[in-house]
Amino acid sequence: MDKRFHSVTLDASRCKGCTKCLKKCPMEAIRVREGRAYILDERCIDCGECIRTCSYHAKVAMTDDFSIIEKYKYKIAIPAPSLYGQFNRIKNIATILEALKRIGFTEVYEVAKGADVVTRFVREKLKSGDYPRPLISSACPAVTRMIQLKFPTLIPNIINVRQPMEVAAMIAKKEFAKKHNANPEDIGVFFITPCAAKVTAIRNPIGQSKSEVDGAISIIDIYARLFPVLQNIEEVENKDIATPCGVAWANAGGETLAAKANRSLSVDGIENVMHVLEELENGKLSNLDYFEGAACPGGCVGGPLTYENQYVARNRVIHLTDKLKPIHISEAVPNSVLNSYNLELDEAICANNSMQLAGEVSSAIEKMEKINEITEKLPGYDCGSCGSPTCQSFAEDIVRGYYSMTDCIFILRDRLKVMAQQMVDMSNTKRE
Amino acid sequence: MIQAKYSVQKGDYLRAGEASADIKRVLKRLGIEGTVLRRISVAAYEVEMNLVIHSMGGNMEMFIKDDTIWIVSKDEGPGIKDIEKAMTAGYSTADSVAQGMGFGAGMGLPNMKRNADKFTIDSTPGLGTEITMGFSIKGNCDG
Repeated sequence: MDKRFHSVTLDASRCKGCTKCLKKCPMEAIRVREGRAYILDERCIDCGECIRTCSYHAKVAMTDDFSIIEKYKYKIAIPAPSLYGQFNRIKNIATILEALKRIGFTEVYEVAKGADVVTRFVREKLKSGDYPRPLISSACPAVTRMIQLKFPTLIPNIINVRQPMEVAAMIAKKEFAKKHNANPEDIGVFFITPCAAKVTAIRNPIGQSKSEVDGAISIIDIYARLFPVLQNIEEVENKDIATPCGVAWANAGGETLAAKANRSLSVDGIENVMHVLEELENGKLSNLDYFEGAACPGGCVGGPLTYENQYVARNRVIHLTDKLKPIHISEAVPNSVLNSYNLELDEAICANNSMQLAGEVSSAIEKMEKINEITEKLPGYDCGSCGSPTCQSFAEDIVRGYYSMTDCIFILRDRLKVMAQQMVDMSNTKRE
Repeated sequence: MIQAKYSVQKGDYLRAGEASADIKRVLKRLGIEGTVLRRISVAAYEVEMNLVIHSMGGNMEMFIKDDTIWIVSKDEGPGIKDIEKAMTAGYSTADSVAQGMGFGAGMGLPNMKRNADKFTIDSTPGLGTEITMGFSIKGNCDG
């Protein structure tokens, strides 16, 4: 496992060195130097905002190539429910799952079913009444990483349950091995992903020593393969599909709806999530039972690796969900399932102290004093021309030794003015 | 010395919360321990909202001295007539606007006192109120 691995990366050959991503990054994790952007690994949460905003497509998400499935004898696809919203004129979910088999997967297991299991887990937890308020969903890895970096005081509120993707992978692998008497090592489980954060969460899991998933293929890659197949496919009957609750997780608010908490709040879009986390930290929303934060606007259907726009996809997911038989969650996820898998995280979620200026408070104070001193001399335009997102972060970068004062074009201009005046003065000196 | 001063206006709900947000930002960069930070977050926000809701306006100051983070709020009135009563949980004089926004549970001052390691309040009716809260950097409360 590589702790520094990030799915979100920069294709330097496409980067023009503009400041669009710089301004958009919620973690101030991008710097532009020598005509190109750099991502500060220790601060990046893989939310994908930069992928969405880059006009030159220089920000890319590293996912696995489709050919990865050939490494395994048995290939199981675990599609995110957001995949269902990508296709027009599709009659039902079963048809999409059948199409996945036609493009090369041996078996398909819905992540929505994993979401069913997690839903049951969350409901039980809420019923117990024994939890810090509010419980914070652990489903969006970008939000969890933001909490680790920016809101470490909220870590105890994160619910101790694996993401639906992990639960689905665990069950899919075990069930397949049992049914076909297969060696688990021959089984590869592949997540069809709407976002980069999940890819990172597989390679570099949070709260889990090892991911159950063997690879991640982007929805947009799969879309190109599924589309032609779906054009000529006969309708398959909906059978053994996840519950409407599980499928609803594709959209923002679906999770809270499924959790049936008395007082819950769903927030989507990473900037919005950040503002609400700030309020949670202030103790302002302490009467809430459950908080769901999704980094992407609209929830997972708004993921940067999806094809369809989030509004259309959202409606399609709702439409497909309406066709499912309503079934009570305790029936869909009996106690036997709840008890036979380890659904809890097996490692503590730790604070990430990369935002700290220094290891010791006293040396951090010294640095902060220098930063404040420099910030006062800067114009406060937050223009980004220096390559740091704000004047404040520029001051910090100077203290860290990456820049010098004259990398600020306004400071440079003022100095040039003084120098030009001095040169004029010098040229005017009469020889005595 | 790390020092920051923020002016807080009466009834300015637009900017309400910005001072405490900035205080939190600074303290996080300094690496203040989580449980201490959480107590400061709550107390700083409460004291800021008190200025917005109850005072005629004032200012908030944060500074660090000898391993203690100090947050001091001073306002220009109206002052509190009966401090003991004001410190009682559930007692509130928040107006209907503030109550409509979800404030006014009467937990502001008790919350500050509960979260701070050191807490003093001085008030003179007609003049103003000064609240001083100290938080030891090395967490020793709540664990």
